[in-house]
Amino acid sequence: MKHIIDPLDLSVEEIDSFMDLADKILADPAAYAHVCKGKKLATLFYEPSTRTRLSFESAMLNLGGNVLGFSSAADSSASKGESVADTIRVVSHFADICALRHPKEGAPLVAAMHSKIPVVNAGDGGHQHPTQTLTDLMTIRALKKRLSHMTVGICGDLKFGRTTHSLLRSLARYPDIRFVLISPPELATPDYILDELREKGVPFQEVERLEDVMPGLDVLYMTRVQRERFFNEEDYIRLKDSYILDAQKMTLAKEDMIVLHPLPRVNEIAVEVDDDPRACYFEQVRYGMYIRMALIIKLLGLEEGI
Amino acid sequence: MSPENREKNDEQNLAIEKIQEGIVIDHIKAGSGMALYKHLELDKLDCSVAIIKNARSQRMGKKDIIKINKILDIDWDVIGFIDCNVTVNLIHDGKSEKKNITLPQEVRNVIVCKNPRCITSIEQGIEQVFKLADPVHHIYRCIYCEQKYEPKYQKK
Repeated sequence: MKHIIDPLDLSVEEIDSFMDLADKILADPAAYAHVCKGKKLATLFYEPSTRTRLSFESAMLNLGGNVLGFSSAADSSASKGESVADTIRVVSHFADICALRHPKEGAPLVAAMHSKIPVVNAGDGGHQHPTQTLTDLMTIRALKKRLSHMTVGICGDLKFGRTTHSLLRSLARYPDIRFVLISPPELATPDYILDELREKGVPFQEVERLEDVMPGLDVLYMTRVQRERFFNEEDYIRLKDSYILDAQKMTLAKEDMIVLHPLPRVNEIAVEVDDDPRACYFEQVRYGMYIRMALIIKLLGLEEGI
Repeated sequence: MSPENREKNDEQNLAIEKIQEGIVIDHIKAGSGMALYKHLELDKLDCSVAIIKNARSQRMGKKDIIKINKILDIDWDVIGFIDCNVTVNLIHDGKSEKKNITLPQEVRNVIVCKNPRCITSIEQGIEQVFKLADPVHHIYRCIYCEQKYEPKYQKK
């Protein structure tokens, strides 16, 4: 039984096979409409989420399966003090697969250790978010027609932003990828991630100003400076508007650059950018649902029967 | 007086008797002896245990030494984790046998993750597990949140 806890749990070949299957589903959704008939997905969300939970649920519904679960810790037995280990032991009897989001880092790993069904990490605090990474990789591959030979800029909260950590580590495994890490020093990428890039010989530069590096980017991945990741309100207010992408900055970018964002967007991308053909963050959401459909099929071992 | 003799003389002055049965942990990095004593739970023993802090050492300048007057079932990984450069001698009938100490791949329930965002901070009954992430720099990371363990007792 396979769990998806860290994007690096998957080899490059496995990730490619997920994306290949997602491409097939995208090309012919009707052929997959009943693949998960009689199967149940439990969405255990200990912290609020709109896109990720709905994406998982719509993925399962599109495959003909059913969904159950909770959407906040207050709605679950966690409010009574139940441990993650006990919750997953119980849910293992009710569902065939589980997507778990938790504010504490490592909670999905704890669940996987005690689970009888596949556990998918749907985000654990500021740590990892593997299905967002799969979404990001699939979007880049679909829109740029490659996952290699490019310069990827990642901008915003690179310290606490779980999506950026997952994306960095996964993209680093593809050939000829260069990273430009754009953030204030207070929100810079953690050393252990940078050490991994150095060990793999992946070139990167850390900069503070987005406009200085815009012309060289093939992909710009914007992130939100999240209020809930700060211990201190004063720090949040000081840094939240540091990096805003607007139409003026977009004039510096290549014509075929793409802008991605894990969403929700607050004000780090001005609304005026939405009409730019290079703004692909809403398209990204669509790819996310298809890659989650592929993930569910693979983890439930249902691919053979299609 | 030669450095070797001065080292021996120093230990002799502390009047720690030679043991016939037991364990001698020598060449502990100065300052780490008490951490080792604590993690090995030597305070719970009823036999004689000696800690010599800041003993003069030709090789290290200063070192700590622990002598336990009993053969025990010790968690060697704990010793390797705290200081893999120590010398351990098992003494049987006054004869010394050297025990090889290596850096363990994993330490379980020895140290606690300090990351307030880690699941270990709230989950009951969870094992505290750290894995060796970088053998060259002796860096261990929590398996749950990947936070690096920062030992307080080791001087950098």
